[in-house]
Amino acid sequence: MKNNIINGPKKKGENDLMTATTSIWKRLKKDKWLYILALPGILYFIIFRYIPMFGIVVAFQDFNPFLGFWKSPWVGFEHFKTLFTDPDFPMLFRNTLLISFYNILFYFPVPIILALLINEVRNQVYKRIVQTCVYVPHFVSMVVIASITYVLLSSETGVINNILYSLTGKKIEFLTDPRWFRALIIIQSIWKEAGWGTIIFLAALSNVDPTLYEAAIVDGATRWQQTWHITIPSIMSTVIILFILRLGHLLDTGFEQIFLMKNPINRSVAEVFDTYVYQVGVTQGAYSYSTAVGLFKSVVGLILIQVSNYLSKKFTETSLF
Amino acid sequence: MKQNKTVASTIFDVFNHVFLGIWAIITVLPFLYVLAASFAPDSEIKTRTFFIIPHNPTLLTYKFIFASNYFLRSMFNSVIITVGGTLVNLFFTFTMAYALSKKHFIGRSIVLNGVIFTMLFGGGMIPTYLLVKSLGLLNSYWALWLPGAISPFNFFVVKNFFQEMPQDLEDAARIDGCTEAQVLWKIILPLSKPIIATFALFYGVGHWNSWFGALLYINDAEKWPVQLILRQIVMLSTTLASDLTQFDPNFQPPQESLKMAIIVVATLPIMLLYPWLQKYFIKGMFIGSLKE
Repeated sequence: MKNNIINGPKKKGENDLMTATTSIWKRLKKDKWLYILALPGILYFIIFRYIPMFGIVVAFQDFNPFLGFWKSPWVGFEHFKTLFTDPDFPMLFRNTLLISFYNILFYFPVPIILALLINEVRNQVYKRIVQTCVYVPHFVSMVVIASITYVLLSSETGVINNILYSLTGKKIEFLTDPRWFRALIIIQSIWKEAGWGTIIFLAALSNVDPTLYEAAIVDGATRWQQTWHITIPSIMSTVIILFILRLGHLLDTGFEQIFLMKNPINRSVAEVFDTYVYQVGVTQGAYSYSTAVGLFKSVVGLILIQVSNYLSKKFTETSLF
Repeated sequence: MKQNKTVASTIFDVFNHVFLGIWAIITVLPFLYVLAASFAPDSEIKTRTFFIIPHNPTLLTYKFIFASNYFLRSMFNSVIITVGGTLVNLFFTFTMAYALSKKHFIGRSIVLNGVIFTMLFGGGMIPTYLLVKSLGLLNSYWALWLPGAISPFNFFVVKNFFQEMPQDLEDAARIDGCTEAQVLWKIILPLSKPIIATFALFYGVGHWNSWFGALLYINDAEKWPVQLILRQIVMLSTTLASDLTQFDPNFQPPQESLKMAIIVVATLPIMLLYPWLQKYFIKGMFIGSLKE
C-alpha cells in the first residue's frame, strides 16, 4: 500500500479493505465491457457444465421427476450396490475394457506407422494426394460411416459378402455375429481416423532438424538407420504423450460408434457403460440408476487421467495440467 | 535432401509408394461405390458385385428424394441447426475468449481453472438431459445449440490467439479516441477473420454431422436433421412410406439405391467444403497442438 500524499499515511485495517474494494470496483467499472463480454460464456459454463455436476446427486436419490431434486427421497449408495451386483456389470466392464484395449493395441500404432511412411515420400504431389484421400473419412459423420459399413457388409446385398460368396460360396454375418463385432469396430476406427491421426506426427516430423540427416548421411547411415536413430527418437515424446493420454481415457469407447453398430444379437460383446447409461436412463427412464452408472465411469476416468498425468510428468516432463 | 540411392532404398521407395497408394484407394473406395450405387437401379446393385461406374445410370432415386417432403424438411432442419448452432458457438466462444485473454481480468485464473475442470469431469448424459428438460428446451433447437455452446478446447485456442495479438494496435486506437466497442469492431474483428473462419468450419461440420443430440432431445420427427433420417432408413430400415403416395401411388422406391443416395446427400455439403476444410483444419490443428 502506497502512502497517498494528499490524504497522508493510512491506518491499517478497514481503510485498506475499503480502498481495496473501491479499487476493484473502479477496475470493474473501467473494464465493464470486458465483463459484459465474458458474461454469456461464464453463464454457459455455470448452467450447462456445472449445474449437471450438481445434478449428480440424483445418483444418490430415488429421483422422481414430479418431486424434483429437492423432494426426491435419498437412498445413499443403493444404486451403486445394485450396479456392482448387477449381472450385466461384469459384461459391461469386460466389453468396455476390451474394446479400449484392442483400440490401443491395434489402432494406436497405425497413424504412427502411416505418418512415418508418408514422411518418406519425396514427391510432394503424390504425398498430398495420399494425404487428401486418407483425411476424408474424418469429416464424415459417424452415421454415414456406420451406414456405409451396413451397405457394404449386409448379408443380402453387401458388396463384401457378394465377393465372399462368389469366392467361397459362403457368407459371413459381419453385422450380427458377436465374434466379428470388435474387429469391425477397430477396422472402422482405423478407416475413419488413422489418416487424420497422422497429422500430429507429421507435424512433429516436420520439426526435425534437417542437419541431423545431413550429418548422418555424411557418416554413411542408410535410410533405415536414419529412420531408427533420428526420425523415430524425434517423435517419441509425442508418441508417449498421446499414449498416456489414451490410457487416461481407457473407459471411453466412443459412444456414437458403439451405439450405431450395436444390435440385440451382438449385445453380449457390444454393450458398454456409455450405451448402457442411454439404454436404462433415457429409454427406460431409470434416471437415478443410470446416473450412478455414469458417475462410476466418470470417477474411474478422472482417477485414470490423474494417474496418467502423474506418469506423464514423471517420465516425459510434460503434462496436461 | 540428398538420398544415398542403394538398391534396398529403391525397393523400399517402390513398396512404400504402392502401399500408400493402395491405402489411399481403399480409404476412398467405399465412398466411390456408394456414390456410383446411388445412381444405379436396385437390380444392378444386387447382380453386380462391385462397380464404380453404373451400367444403367438413373436419377430416379434422387428425383424421389427431392420430391419427398419428409426428406426436404430434414435437409432444411440440418441447415437451420448448423447455421444457428455455429452462430451460437462463435458468439459464446469468441466473446468469452476475448475477455479472458486480458491479463487484468479480475478472477481470471479462477474462471480459466473452472473451464479446465470441465474438460476432466462432467455431469454426464442423464443430469444434462434432466437440465435441458427442466429448462423446457426439449423439442427445440436450443437443446442442440446451448448445451455445447463452447468447446473448452476451442476456447483455449481462441484465447491464446487473442493473447498473442499485438497489444500496441489496441492501445493506439484507444489513444486516438476509439471507444471499447469501436476497438473490438474495427481492430480486433478484422484481424480475427482467419481464426473465425477456422472455428466456424470446426463447429459447422460438428453440427452438420451430429445426430445424437436430436435423438435425445427432439421427439418431433418433423424437426429431425438429415443424419437422423439416414440412421432411420439405413439402420432401422424404415422407409419414407408416407411420401410415396404423393410422389406416385404405384411407385416403389428402390430400397438399396435409396440408402446410397441418402448417404451421398448427407455427406455432400462436407465434400463440397472439403478443399477449404483441409486447409483450415490442418492450420487449426497446428495452432492447437503447438500451444499445448
